[in-house]
Amino acid sequence: MPTSPSDPSSFGPPADASSGPLADPLFDPLFDLAVIGAGPAGLAAAVTAADLGLRCVLLDGGQGTGGQYYRHPAPGLGAARPDRLHHHWSAYTGLADRLAAHERAGRAAFRGGHQVWALERTGDGFAAHVTRGPESTDRATVRSRSVLLATGAYERQLPFPGWTLPGVVTAGGAQAMLKAGLVLPGRRIVVAGSGPLLLAAASSLVTAGAEVPAVVEATAYLGYARRPGVLAGVPGKLVEGAGHGGALLRHGVRLRPRSAVVEAHGTDRVTGVTVARLDARWRPLPGTERRIDCDALAVGHGLLPQIDLATELGARTRTGPDGAVALAVDARLRTSVPGLWSAGETNGVGGADLALAEGELAAYAVAGALPEAGTLRRRSRLRAFAELMAAAHRPGPGWTGWLRPDTDVCRCEEVPVAAIREAVDDLGAGDPRTVKLLTRAGMGWCQGRMCGPAVACLAGSAPGSASGGPGPDRRPLGCPVPLSQLAAGPSPESPAS
Amino acid sequence: MVGAGVVGAACAYYAARAGLAVAVVDRGPVAGGTTGAGEGNLLVSDKEPGPELDLALLSTRLWRELAEDLGEAVEYEPKGGVVVASTAAGHEALRAFAAGQRAVGVIAEEVPGERLRELEPHLAPGLAGGFHYPQDAQVQPALAAAHLLRAARRMGAELITGETVTAVDLGPDGAVRGVRTDRRRLAAPAVVNAAGTWGGELAALAGVHLPVMPRRGFVLVTEPLPRVVRHKVYAADYVANVASGSAGLETSAVIEGTPGGPVLIGASRERVGFDRTLSQEVLRRLAGQAAELFPVLADVTVLRAYRGFRPYLPDHLPAIGADPRVPGLHHACGHEGAGIGLAPATGLLIAEQLTGKQPELDLGPFRADRFPVVGTA
Amino acid sequence: MRRRTPAGLVEAEPGPAHHIEFDGRPVPALPGQTIAAALWADGVLAWRTTRVGGKPRGAFCGIGSCFDCLATVDGRPNQRTCLLPAEPGTTVTTQEGHGRADLAV
Repeated sequence: MPTSPSDPSSFGPPADASSGPLADPLFDPLFDLAVIGAGPAGLAAAVTAADLGLRCVLLDGGQGTGGQYYRHPAPGLGAARPDRLHHHWSAYTGLADRLAAHERAGRAAFRGGHQVWALERTGDGFAAHVTRGPESTDRATVRSRSVLLATGAYERQLPFPGWTLPGVVTAGGAQAMLKAGLVLPGRRIVVAGSGPLLLAAASSLVTAGAEVPAVVEATAYLGYARRPGVLAGVPGKLVEGAGHGGALLRHGVRLRPRSAVVEAHGTDRVTGVTVARLDARWRPLPGTERRIDCDALAVGHGLLPQIDLATELGARTRTGPDGAVALAVDARLRTSVPGLWSAGETNGVGGADLALAEGELAAYAVAGALPEAGTLRRRSRLRAFAELMAAAHRPGPGWTGWLRPDTDVCRCEEVPVAAIREAVDDLGAGDPRTVKLLTRAGMGWCQGRMCGPAVACLAGSAPGSASGGPGPDRRPLGCPVPLSQLAAGPSPESPAS
Repeated sequence: MVGAGVVGAACAYYAARAGLAVAVVDRGPVAGGTTGAGEGNLLVSDKEPGPELDLALLSTRLWRELAEDLGEAVEYEPKGGVVVASTAAGHEALRAFAAGQRAVGVIAEEVPGERLRELEPHLAPGLAGGFHYPQDAQVQPALAAAHLLRAARRMGAELITGETVTAVDLGPDGAVRGVRTDRRRLAAPAVVNAAGTWGGELAALAGVHLPVMPRRGFVLVTEPLPRVVRHKVYAADYVANVASGSAGLETSAVIEGTPGGPVLIGASRERVGFDRTLSQEVLRRLAGQAAELFPVLADVTVLRAYRGFRPYLPDHLPAIGADPRVPGLHHACGHEGAGIGLAPATGLLIAEQLTGKQPELDLGPFRADRFPVVGTA
Repeated sequence: MRRRTPAGLVEAEPGPAHHIEFDGRPVPALPGQTIAAALWADGVLAWRTTRVGGKPRGAFCGIGSCFDCLATVDGRPNQRTCLLPAEPGTTVTTQEGHGRADLAV
């Protein structure tokens, strides 16, 4: 039988923390810090924390580090130039090298394939409950004094007729599959939705050989550029945006602002989309529809913080200018839960540079050390920029104008618009939770991650709003867990250290 | 009616049907409290002879009537219950329990161990035996509350959600005049306390003592499955846990399928106030007991877990009917884990009393003033 | 000029391709690709039908959040193909509905 960290017989004797390598699976100490998520924020945090002398474990559901932003081809694909799909690739390789050095020296441990499904407060800190696969033995428990949440974000989706057709994928999904697997969902890909991710996705797709007949953006482009003061503070952002714009220009990509895909056509897969102009409130304007042939559609409306592990512990949240619920943190990136810090997108979506800065700052805060003033200033600047972007891309309420009664809102449980409207109009539901109870929207495999924003909007109350909404989604289980692993229970306490 | 859970909904339904002008007010949404966290059990099998079983038998009949109109909408399933014992002694205890129930009209059919798997093919082998209770049934609780309320509204009832009752108005004679919410005044000669777990607080607003306390429970929800469990199936120790006065954690396997696909796995009971913290120990026990009873479940995935707070009174009986201490104040709360099942009977009895009829059952055992006030304020 | 491809862009020189089996036929996969990536590369976009409407689905979010890419893999239903590596000989079957019809009683 393989020995695993959850096997009680495998615990070694209490060891001197400064000796044995932490990567040794035979010995699972009480870590000073567990960082959850190995994207930009988590990597920066883990490396900085180890620099500062904390014994640190970095957990991620994926097999390697990098998260979604630094997602890159598996080694077996032999990519000589992964940097061509990334901006500032060297920032990632630098962090990865430093992490590797810390691991060799026994100061930090990376555990890939570790998906944390619950955080539990314990007498001396936290227990992170982890699933590593489908078997009952694939459970692990990682204990630490403090936790830094760097779980990033997932994409916000707004349904439209045909959005469940094969070939309709999320903008981030198209990028992820391209960056990691070197594949495309089709040859002629319309990119649609809202937010800066669309430009990045379109740019990657054309550079990798796809034809992108149009980028369809619901807002007026770069509305946030009307505040040059903020933009001037973040020249990196401008360079990045200009880079995307250049690639798109070279490849003849047509940009369609104030427009949306209002329907995807096809039977077994998408064969085309209808694009319509929108008014300022995102209501489709009749008579402006035009059809674009394509064999794939990449769509998304920005990102939503992935904060279930913290909200389940009762961490305070705030609703950002984009309508998304994020964790409320103080200047030192502390959440309202003692011992729990948060960095990056979980504090409000703001991109990789901000995540890197916050990861570093959070590590300083956990270690009780003073960070560099420059990093603090950079973080403030980037946060301000993020808020501006968020405000510019907040979905307008008129988007529901492109729905039809039979449009599925919940992809998992196949709950159509008509069922949700019945729950709201006839059954007294006025908030997402009641809609869910009455229609099953959000009760399926993804637990409402895909339909949540749409359901909240149709219910007439966004989560966390003052209109009697129940606050942020609470998901006691952060991801599906095999029943056999729940039955196995947590692994026993590690020896006192 | 204060409370838009299933009990408030049933009270509103029967009162409106009796011709009364009704308003239902809740600080949250429809089914926002314990109702929304329930499994939807309509059980006679777990109740010993006595006033609660009388209520349950009346409710069984009423649910069947309601199902003629609302059955599909509320996912009413007259699926029956199966109680299983792992030991011969346990089976013998079930036999004695069932004998008492039969005497008051419960249908209970003994099932020898070797025939249990004819009823439930996925049950673990080697169980000593069990009892089949064909009167047990199931509804989807939130849908039940919402559709009862919709029916009540069609008969003229008004539904007010998102408003908190801040005061119960009393006249100079000490009788109820209505309630005040954070937004309005609702004048009424009768106020029904259907506030569930928060029923004690509402009673306090009217100046009376009603010791409703929360008893926490967790339910696990699996991935969508085909029908793998036909009945509501539970282990014999569930009956003992339901009736237990212990404050500590008690768990027993209660397993049922749903028309939506997922299997629901309960049940845990513990008295920890309104603490919402996820308990790893509860998860471990619920999952372990489920897999013990239905080994096939060991191979499935749990998509979510939810928790709720059952409203219990010290003697495990609800408070139903007029409060002799405050004229016009009626209670319909404290049903613990049986509120979905007992809602129609509660609603009917309240409506009968409100319209001056003789209630179908003796409400004496459910009087709200049966609890002595401990200490003085 | 050679057509631009993702592999060409990053100058990939992958190890030799192997095969997985999809609904009884071989589908090539490169070392390190996920099952979903191998299927996309083969032009396959759907490998599941939904429980209620029987509609085709495949990868949507590509990062393990949406669970639309579920399939039966080596006999085990409800596996996220966007996360699972395509190992040589992996057997992928289009999953119908919940994928557990064998359990129905």
